[in-house]
Amino acid sequence: MDQPVVDAKNLSLVFQTADAPVTALSGIDLTIQRGEFVSLIGPSGCGKTTLLRVIADLERATSGAITVNGVSPERARLDRAYGYVFQASALYPWRDVLHNVMLPLEITGRPLQESRAMAEKQLALVGLQGFERKFPRQLSGGMQQRVSIARALALQPELLLMDEPFGALDEITRDHLNEQLLRLWEQTGKTVIFVTHSISEAVFLSNRIVVMTPRPGRILKVIQSSLTAGRDLDARETPEFIDVAHRVRTALRAGHSYGD
Amino acid sequence: MATEPHAAGAAAPTAALRGRTVLAEAWQKACPVLGVVLALLVLWYAGAVALNGRRVTEQLDGLGERWGVRELALAAWSMERPVLPAPHQIAQGYWQSVFEAPPDSPRSLVFHAGVTLSATVLGFALGMILGVVLAIGVVHSRVLDRGLLPWIIASQTIPILAIAPMVVVVLGSLGLPPLASKSVISMYLCFFPVAVGMVKGLRSPEVLQLDLLHTYGASRVQVLLKLRLPAAVPFLFASAKVAITASLVGAIVGELPTGAQAGLGARLLSGSYFGQTIQIWSALLMASLLGVLLVAAVSLAQRLVGRVMGTPA
Repeated sequence: MDQPVVDAKNLSLVFQTADAPVTALSGIDLTIQRGEFVSLIGPSGCGKTTLLRVIADLERATSGAITVNGVSPERARLDRAYGYVFQASALYPWRDVLHNVMLPLEITGRPLQESRAMAEKQLALVGLQGFERKFPRQLSGGMQQRVSIARALALQPELLLMDEPFGALDEITRDHLNEQLLRLWEQTGKTVIFVTHSISEAVFLSNRIVVMTPRPGRILKVIQSSLTAGRDLDARETPEFIDVAHRVRTALRAGHSYGD
Repeated sequence: MATEPHAAGAAAPTAALRGRTVLAEAWQKACPVLGVVLALLVLWYAGAVALNGRRVTEQLDGLGERWGVRELALAAWSMERPVLPAPHQIAQGYWQSVFEAPPDSPRSLVFHAGVTLSATVLGFALGMILGVVLAIGVVHSRVLDRGLLPWIIASQTIPILAIAPMVVVVLGSLGLPPLASKSVISMYLCFFPVAVGMVKGLRSPEVLQLDLLHTYGASRVQVLLKLRLPAAVPFLFASAKVAITASLVGAIVGELPTGAQAGLGARLLSGSYFGQTIQIWSALLMASLLGVLLVAAVSLAQRLVGRVMGTPA
């Protein structure tokens, strides 16, 4: 197809710490095409969040090459090419839900009326109409994270970067939000890069799963998933799902014995 | 209570019951306060007898009549220029100078309080601006952080009484009115808590909240306006409560070396020249009431802002 959304070649990142340099990423080769849902999975310290932050230009790689939408990550960031969803909702407690979602639109200087309409539309998309005037502390953790997804969608980026967005939520809420996110992805056709350490979450959501391994952070294996479109949570009982999950688990286990 | 017909299914206490518990709670809270006030009054009256006693006994002896404890106490509590006036004398003096003098005459405490209040408010406003501006500089520039903060701290180690006369002389020679020098002294005292609180407040946003703005390519001015300043608001109000009282002290101290004719400080000074202790205590009472009023005003502003910013009161 046309130009890849993310193209990383031999990417490495070394953090200079007080005692010794830490290799967070080593020799990362990864190409992500438009419209893909790619999960980065691996144990803590495998560099999955760091890789996402490099794509977002929140960290700079020390060597190798990376482009986002064919340009440098910095250029892509300044073009507002992506929306980022953090582990915590990072909502501003003094802004109500509507104004939290309007924040990126304010920063980019959109007219007030347009911003408001756009924010309301995104809130409806994550099922939060009627909560516009609530403050973050009045919402549950799951709802706060939905607000932060609406905020990431506000600038209508083609790329969504999600860093364990549901990691702090209970399993029932997480299942529900996973299903919502899958619908959202199917409806909008956006490219999603999703960091997680949950195998079932990764398999349920993705069409490609990148298994990473720590010390140094490397890509161990990339697993293609062939689950049918329009799947719901029941898909997790199917043999296809169990087969993909098994392959991911095997890869993770291989990586683990490697490390220690 | 259990016999009430409709109380059977209701889990919430009835209105009457709730009213009663509120009263009981208020009483429980008020009791210690009233106890302390009562104890202070008793000590004060005893202290007035002890401190005024010597001059009173001389007077009573001079009259050549027999006197007892009763006469001693009554005389000690009604002297014209006592060492320590009794509370009711202060109350009386306060009442006379507040309600019985026309508010625009120099005999009126309201007049003097107004003069001091204007210097306090102006000094507070200047101090807030200076404190916030300094804090913004310190947070945004490493050079200012290293170079300015030590000076800000050093400025507070110099006693205000040493600086006040110099400020008055310098600004007076420039032809500025007394209000200007008093406000500057007041500002000098109150910018410090504001600067320190705001530095902390402007640095209070979490990493993720900062990263978020970075992903939008926000400018430093936008980071300041959209994140740092709103996040610093609770810190600003905590500082403002300290600053407003410091600012009142500054305004009063600023009135002492000027030989000012008006203001609570002038009232204190002239009172001590002429041994008018009741006048001094009345002015002190006025100053503390003013302080309470100003802190209450800041708290009210905090509540109103808190409502807009969604923080529970």
